[in-house]
Amino acid sequence: MATYRDGVRAALPLLIPTLALGASFGVLARGLGWGVVAPVVMSIVVFSGSAQFAVASVLGGGGSAAAAILAAGLVNGRFLPMGIAAAPALRGGRLRRAAEAQTVVDASWAIAGQDGRFDRGLLIGATAPQFVAWVGGTALGAASGALIGDPARYGLDALFPAFFLALLVEELRGSDAQRTRVALAAAAIALALVALVPPGLPIVAACAAALVGLRRR
Amino acid sequence: MTAVWIAIAVVAVVNIATKAAGPVLLGSRPLPRRAEGVVALLAPALLAALVVVDTASDGRALALDARVAGLAAAAVALALRAPLVVVVLVAPVAAAGVRALGWG
Repeated sequence: MATYRDGVRAALPLLIPTLALGASFGVLARGLGWGVVAPVVMSIVVFSGSAQFAVASVLGGGGSAAAAILAAGLVNGRFLPMGIAAAPALRGGRLRRAAEAQTVVDASWAIAGQDGRFDRGLLIGATAPQFVAWVGGTALGAASGALIGDPARYGLDALFPAFFLALLVEELRGSDAQRTRVALAAAAIALALVALVPPGLPIVAACAAALVGLRRR
Repeated sequence: MTAVWIAIAVVAVVNIATKAAGPVLLGSRPLPRRAEGVVALLAPALLAALVVVDTASDGRALALDARVAGLAAAAVALALRAPLVVVVLVAPVAAAGVRALGWG
């Protein structure tokens, strides 16, 4: 089993982009009149870029709290299968497992998973610095109002797809053709649904491509 | 502002429950063998979906912009077996460069 330190090291390339994305959320929320405290509290208790941007965009567009909650719930639906996948790696009683499960975020989950087995040290170690960067970035952005500006100007919005692609290539390297077919099918499902269903659902639906694993053995 | 705080509180609870559901219900039991087959395929499926959605969508619309150039640069770096740090560096550089030229 890997140590927490290995996990921290694996997450290092993500710290600047996470900080910048956190800051851009802070700037956006401040611009919507949320003040400084609310965006920072949200980054601490929700700790999910996709859900937080979803809430900000629904409320910012004049939507109700209920609509914002629904959007965020759909966007984060993927954490249900991801939590199930990581479950055997976690420790302790129910409460501790529930707490450890909160460290499941996209990048850490992908770093910690290898062939369907998950490493608890990598998972928790990789999440800790991302949490600090996310909350710290939010505070910076909300306090300054516009310190960083649009992260897209620095191409930071291209960093996470590149990171996920690198992890995907790692997943597929030297594995059987079925994994590649599943990845292609998932990409096709997600792409086909983007314009048809609310944000978040395409990714949840794409996970269904993994169901062919039911008849694998 | 009340709507903001309500949304923050409820989204936090829903998010925590979504992540905790599997580990709490399963406890320390190992996954059934058939479920293991699905879990092993979940990472490639999820990662592929995240790549295309993060690259080619803007909310509820398909959008092709400088992120595509960033992803292409990353793909080239990966094909050359560059280390991860290089891969995640060339993508934003390429995307920012393309944007500086006025596209995307």
